[in-house]
Amino acid sequence: MKKKIVSGLLATTMVASLLFGCGGAESTEAPAATEAATEAATEAAADDTTEAAEEVVVEDTGKVLNIYCWNEEFKTRVTDHYPGYEEVDATNGKIGDIEVKWNITPNQDNAYQNNLDETLLKQADAAADDKIDMFLVEADYALKYVDSDYTMAIADLGITDADLAEQYQYTKDIVTDGNGVLKGLSWQGCPGVLFYNREIAKDVLGSDDPAEVQKAVADWATFNKTAADMQAKGYSMISSVNDSYRVYSNNVTSKWVVDGKVNIDDNIMAWVDDSKALVDAGATKTHDLWSDDWSKGFFPEGKVFAYFGPAWLVNFSMSADVEGSVGYNGGWGATEGPQGFYWGGTWICAATGTDNMGTIKDIMLKLTCDADIMKGIVEKDDDFVNNKGAMEAMAASDYSSKILGGQNPLGIYSNGVSSLDLSNISAYDQGCNEEFQKAMKNYFDGNATKDEAIAAFKKAIVEKYPELTAE
Amino acid sequence: MKKNGNVVRFNRWGYIFLIPFIVVYLIFSIVPLVSTIYYSFFENFMSGLKQIGPNFIGLENYKALLTGGDMFTYLGNTLLLWIMCFIPQIVLSLILGYWFSDSRMNLKAAPFFKTVIYMPNLIMASAFSMLFFTLFADSGPINSLLVSIGIFDEPYSFMSHIASTRILVAVMNLIMWFGNTTILLMAGMMGIDGELFEAAQVDGATSTQVFFKITLPLLRPILVYVMITSLIGGLQLFDVPQILTNGTGDPMRSSMTLIMFLNKHLYSKNYGMSGALSVYMLIVTAILSFIVFRINNYGADDRR
Repeated sequence: MKKKIVSGLLATTMVASLLFGCGGAESTEAPAATEAATEAATEAAADDTTEAAEEVVVEDTGKVLNIYCWNEEFKTRVTDHYPGYEEVDATNGKIGDIEVKWNITPNQDNAYQNNLDETLLKQADAAADDKIDMFLVEADYALKYVDSDYTMAIADLGITDADLAEQYQYTKDIVTDGNGVLKGLSWQGCPGVLFYNREIAKDVLGSDDPAEVQKAVADWATFNKTAADMQAKGYSMISSVNDSYRVYSNNVTSKWVVDGKVNIDDNIMAWVDDSKALVDAGATKTHDLWSDDWSKGFFPEGKVFAYFGPAWLVNFSMSADVEGSVGYNGGWGATEGPQGFYWGGTWICAATGTDNMGTIKDIMLKLTCDADIMKGIVEKDDDFVNNKGAMEAMAASDYSSKILGGQNPLGIYSNGVSSLDLSNISAYDQGCNEEFQKAMKNYFDGNATKDEAIAAFKKAIVEKYPELTAE
Repeated sequence: MKKNGNVVRFNRWGYIFLIPFIVVYLIFSIVPLVSTIYYSFFENFMSGLKQIGPNFIGLENYKALLTGGDMFTYLGNTLLLWIMCFIPQIVLSLILGYWFSDSRMNLKAAPFFKTVIYMPNLIMASAFSMLFFTLFADSGPINSLLVSIGIFDEPYSFMSHIASTRILVAVMNLIMWFGNTTILLMAGMMGIDGELFEAAQVDGATSTQVFFKITLPLLRPILVYVMITSLIGGLQLFDVPQILTNGTGDPMRSSMTLIMFLNKHLYSKNYGMSGALSVYMLIVTAILSFIVFRINNYGADDRR
């Protein structure tokens, strides 16, 4: 009898605990109803617009400001340049009595966007303090967010066109949706230039003067000729073929996707042919950007002549703070290179449903419109900021960059920014650019013919974007 | 009579104690299985932040996979990578298992070595893969070593050649799993009656004869088990090549496995297409397991 009771008790506890556990699991799963979420999100968006239209008083009601981003860059900018921001620890801060929470997810394998998407889709159901208030996007995929209802119009925050008059037009074009509504702001401009190793320039070209070096890289024909000279002395012209990719891909005359069909521009094919020649000659390699093999040229023993990049590359990503690196010793120079291009750039977006509009507005105004603060960013971080007046004034000043060996590169950047044409960006750019480079690596390495590599690219794109066709 | 009644009543407790397993199995295995099959008949994916579908499209996903032809290439890759890993693994494990369980050899510090060979399995596959990626990079230590002792004139791009990439994947899996297999085979060998070995010794059999005539035939059930589990594990090979090739399966997708292909469809949350692929995998796994099982059973029947 006793045994029976004990075993009965055991069984009931087991079953009970099981059911209890399942109950918990079910309740967390339940709110994943996407349809309801999107509906509510659009509703919320509609509410916000009417509210803002009635009275442009933008106020904070929330006490927590959630910011989603993929690295420390924006956090550093806010910490250093936004008045009133106090750092608490690595992922927390304070602005007045508002708590700032940084949600930093690295870009690798699309992790940042996956995380952001998932949270945005649940935005309408989230508690006020858990909602995303602000998130950052990059040019390659900005349209994905800008063309949705999850991003607030800048005008609804009470920021006027007059506030934005000094910003470069291209930075606004990237984050303008199909209806012509501006939905994001950036503090930086990202015109790209060619950064060259001064020591190597002296050795091979006989001079490290930007004007002299420019003559050796003025167009792709001379660029490739110089590559042969570099190779003769044991240097790589560029670290990887992927370095020059953006220079070609930003000077295209057609979009990646035309009428739902994948389209490869002639200038992209020019990159393929030029790069194949360079790889076959041994003047460069096929490493992925950001890999260890790619970044070895940040140090003198890497023997890499040049990297293509915007201001943030040289100041933020090229190990300039590591003793012994080329940048640490002021060993880089900057020159225009064969063609103008841009790379990256970070845009600040306000998420629909935020309860911290006042703070967001203020951060945007201070960091992207305030000329004094933006000059501070240039001086402290060598960044190129999104403010015409400030940049033109500084280009003519005695400002100099330590990493660039005392050169004032702002004039070169300013020239680049005026030639930028962003009429050919699309929401598919990120996937297409990544997959194209990956597929072409097979051709460069000799594992496939050009046609096979292009076929592999198209295959990968259709997998990634099932709504597109390739043939 | 009374005794029988007791048995029935105790059986009831048996059922009650089975409930947790049944419930867990239903929720975590049957429900996902059925919903995977269900979703495979739909067009259902995300375009940016927009949901497309679900629209019922019948067998279109299955057709697309069959006519695309890639699936068979990736199945071939997967099986090739499995064989490249399994054959050396079973040989190595048999030798090691035999040494460890052989009473005549009486190896010193056997428990220590048993632990050591199992160690690699404790490392996360992705961490192991990252390690190999760094070791075999163009400017990595292996290349520096090979160049400095004069085997290569310049660094060899391991990840840019089909054979070397596949070999790296196979070697990693081999290192990770041979310890596990050794332990399993050793357990099987120690389960063999010691008298048989003694009898063989008395009759003057050589070690080779003992191994092939006694150990191997009696080890058959364990070998079948090892092979089936390894085959199913091999078909689901994902993490090692995924990390090593940065998700591309390059060069030219020659190390792309079926699950990596499935993962490609998950970028756009294409549950329809990936569901159809999973169903194919279920069928292939079932057939392969069945074949392996039958072959070994026939063998056992013949001898009887």
